[in-house]
Amino acid sequence: MIYDIIIVGAGPAGLSAGIYALRSGKSALILEAKAYGGQIINTPDIENYPGIKNISGFEFATGLYEQATSLGAEVKYEQVISIEDKGDIKIVGTEENLYECKAVILATGAKNRKLGLEKENELIGYGVSYCATCDGAFYKNKDVAVVGGGNTAIEDALFLTNYCNKVYVIHRRNQFRADPKDVDQLKEKENVEFVMNSTVEKILGDTIVEGIEVKDQNTKEKKTINVSGVFIAVGQEPDNTMFSNLVKLDDSGYIIAKEDCMTNVKGIYTAGDCRTKTVRQLTTAAADGAVAALAACSIID
Amino acid sequence: MAAIVLSKENFEAEVLNSDIPVLVDFSASWCGPCQMLAPIIEEIADEAGDFKVGKVETSEEMDLAIEYRVSSIPCLVVFKGGKEVKRSVGAIPKQAILELMK
Repeated sequence: MIYDIIIVGAGPAGLSAGIYALRSGKSALILEAKAYGGQIINTPDIENYPGIKNISGFEFATGLYEQATSLGAEVKYEQVISIEDKGDIKIVGTEENLYECKAVILATGAKNRKLGLEKENELIGYGVSYCATCDGAFYKNKDVAVVGGGNTAIEDALFLTNYCNKVYVIHRRNQFRADPKDVDQLKEKENVEFVMNSTVEKILGDTIVEGIEVKDQNTKEKKTINVSGVFIAVGQEPDNTMFSNLVKLDDSGYIIAKEDCMTNVKGIYTAGDCRTKTVRQLTTAAADGAVAALAACSIID
Repeated sequence: MAAIVLSKENFEAEVLNSDIPVLVDFSASWCGPCQMLAPIIEEIADEAGDFKVGKVETSEEMDLAIEYRVSSIPCLVVFKGGKEVKRSVGAIPKQAILELMK
């Protein structure tokens, strides 16, 4: 069978694209490497999606998934490893199968950026975490560090001050990018210590996190901070390297596309956090899904 | 069979003294990825033949989580002969979970 549209990624952008494709009378296969929902499932409360006052990321993702699948979108859990452009037909390869379609929408999203330190991967689940709301409760009365200076880092630190004995906030600059309101709220907490202009050089501990080594960027002095947990919130990065010989990527690895969601290849579109854009939000991901799907439908007709 | 609800009281009998391997899902109601994983775990429990499946609600069984050094959830731990043999952190697809049991 030849699908009309194959969508790579079942996050908010991919699932929204599926809804629009199906409602336009097209067939759609959505291929997802992990679980549907993408990054939004880590968010406990969504309060900025128009029309919905408050919803958890899990509920939102499940609603989207059910909406797309009840319309007839097919979702398969397979990692896409190749896409071949044969003109009017594209061949999408996963570890298990080869699928044919008329248009592809790349909605691969973004993943948590790592610090790139030795032991960082090894100690995930043993003190290294990328989800404070998931794991904060395991650090009750312990000392932890949050690395980063954006909204997520500050929100994570605020959340952790409720459980932890002490929360160190390590940031490489002398100012936060996060909302000033949240930063002010954090500054009022008694169990927070700000370690500014500093980078994490090492994660200490063999089988479990015991501390971190930080370096002051001004004085170049290094010091050890004893913590049992390191919460890393240094932003997201795309994961498009496997498509680099197919579509143009920018220097950071995002797929180059404007608001029309078109890549440099005919019949290949992109939606959501994986493309070049200035605002990466749930609403813009959903909007991209609609734009990309309708553009794809128009070349199939 | 549905996944067995594990607690401090039945962990030894159901997991450590089990004749067959046991897949234990450490999770919590507050964690989105855990909720994503929950129906998959139930599906695996229903279909499981040569192993069994248990789940630990860590918000109620924090001692068990600490004892097994769980500090990121969802955390899947495979026990064989009373010992941990494999562990995986984060929501992963069904196929990857079944791989853990091989």
